[in-house]
Amino acid sequence: MEERTCSCNSHNNAGNKTCYCSTEKIVPFRNEIPAATSTLTVADHWDHLNARLGFRRMKHTVQPGLYRIGNPTPESMVFVSANYTLSFDALRSSLTGYDAYILVIDTKGINVWCAAGKGTFGTGEIVSRIQKTDLSTIVSHRNIIIPQLGAPGVSAHEVAQRSGFTVRYGPVRATDIPRFLKTRTITPAMREVTFSLRDRLVLIPVELVHILKFAIPAILLSGILVSWDLSYRILLAIIAGTILFPMLMPYLPTKDFSTKGFFLGWIIFLPCAVGTLLSQNGDMIIRAGMALAELLVFPAVVAYLALNFTGSTPFASRSGVKKEIHRYIRPMAGLFLGGVLLSAGMGILSLVIIS
Amino acid sequence: MNRWNSYLENTLIYDPNQCVNCGRCIEVCPHRVFISGSGSVVLDKKEACMECGACERNCPVSAIQVDSGVGCAYAMIRGAFTGKEECGCGDGGSSGCCT
Ligand code: SF4
Ligand code: SF4
Repeated sequence: MEERTCSCNSHNNAGNKTCYCSTEKIVPFRNEIPAATSTLTVADHWDHLNARLGFRRMKHTVQPGLYRIGNPTPESMVFVSANYTLSFDALRSSLTGYDAYILVIDTKGINVWCAAGKGTFGTGEIVSRIQKTDLSTIVSHRNIIIPQLGAPGVSAHEVAQRSGFTVRYGPVRATDIPRFLKTRTITPAMREVTFSLRDRLVLIPVELVHILKFAIPAILLSGILVSWDLSYRILLAIIAGTILFPMLMPYLPTKDFSTKGFFLGWIIFLPCAVGTLLSQNGDMIIRAGMALAELLVFPAVVAYLALNFTGSTPFASRSGVKKEIHRYIRPMAGLFLGGVLLSAGMGILSLVIIS
Repeated sequence: MNRWNSYLENTLIYDPNQCVNCGRCIEVCPHRVFISGSGSVVLDKKEACMECGACERNCPVSAIQVDSGVGCAYAMIRGAFTGKEECGCGDGGSSGCCT
């Protein structure tokens, strides 16, 4: 049994297959088109959790081809989707109660938006998948609905020219599909991407998993070699940059990610610096130097992490990000290095004072 | 606010003289950059453009041009060192670029 190659094979038990994900070639008789259910199972949700955490990252794929939802007729609508489980499952679960076809194209297991940017969700793959599945013999109309976020990779007029199918772009969010099916219209709001708290929160786990690979050794090493106070601060900077920043982003002042990051970093590390200054360890001058070093190093780290969040947002333009890098990377590196040198200097100075 | 805003300018160029008013750009744009007008569409919120390239690719008469790409600092910084700018998107485990 091909576990994990298809999200809908959770229903596989002998003689009771509701999904034939391993079918290579879809045969153009309607009753042989694999059915996909529109309800998500526990296994599907487990798969989503893994995908969100960035685990088994290339394994969240669906076999490309044509699927049916409910009992579609030749007049039923055709929705195009990527062969990434999160994309496919969002679509099929939003089609609950409807009869429709889903044309899953091969995007190498990458979601619609990313794949469109890379061109794998594109004109050529759509046209060839329409031909491979003999879609024109299965449906009597000549319309396909493509998710709007796939548009950067698709040329609608070219698809029409090459396949005879007219493209209509569906809403940005699959959750708007029921409303679209009811009203048959798409409002400007359904065309606009949003970046709600929820949208931002779901991005946190994968970012965190990504950065912890580097952060855990850094935290442990600094704790063992230098001090656990330093470890806490590194951890705090990471929490600020990867958890607090996505949450608070819209409320932080200025427009640039880097300056927002600096702002957040200073707010968070100011109390730490005051704590260092007021602590009883060592000379006043050493404490002041260390406190200043903290305010140089850690906000720069937070700002860097914040800048890296640009790629996860649905609005940072390439021109803008380029400009941000140009403007802020050097100050970030400068403050960071300055702070590290300052704290090293203070360390040496404190040894000198003691001896 | 200019001072701390790197996103005021972008590469989007629109030529209303070529536009045949098909409305595709309005349909595909996720940021309502274009709005409908009589005779040709109107470039309404240029600064909201994220350079995704959807409008350019779907305009049947090439009335729109934009240097499209993903605004991902991580990819660009890494690209500066490796010489190869690749969006981490989907292959890095990083939700990273473009979700
Ligand atoms: S490039 Fe994308 S965001 Fe910019 S105007 Fe075109 S469709 Fe809209
Ligand atoms: S897609 Fe091109 S031709 Fe159509 S309305 Fe937009 S600019 Fe005009």
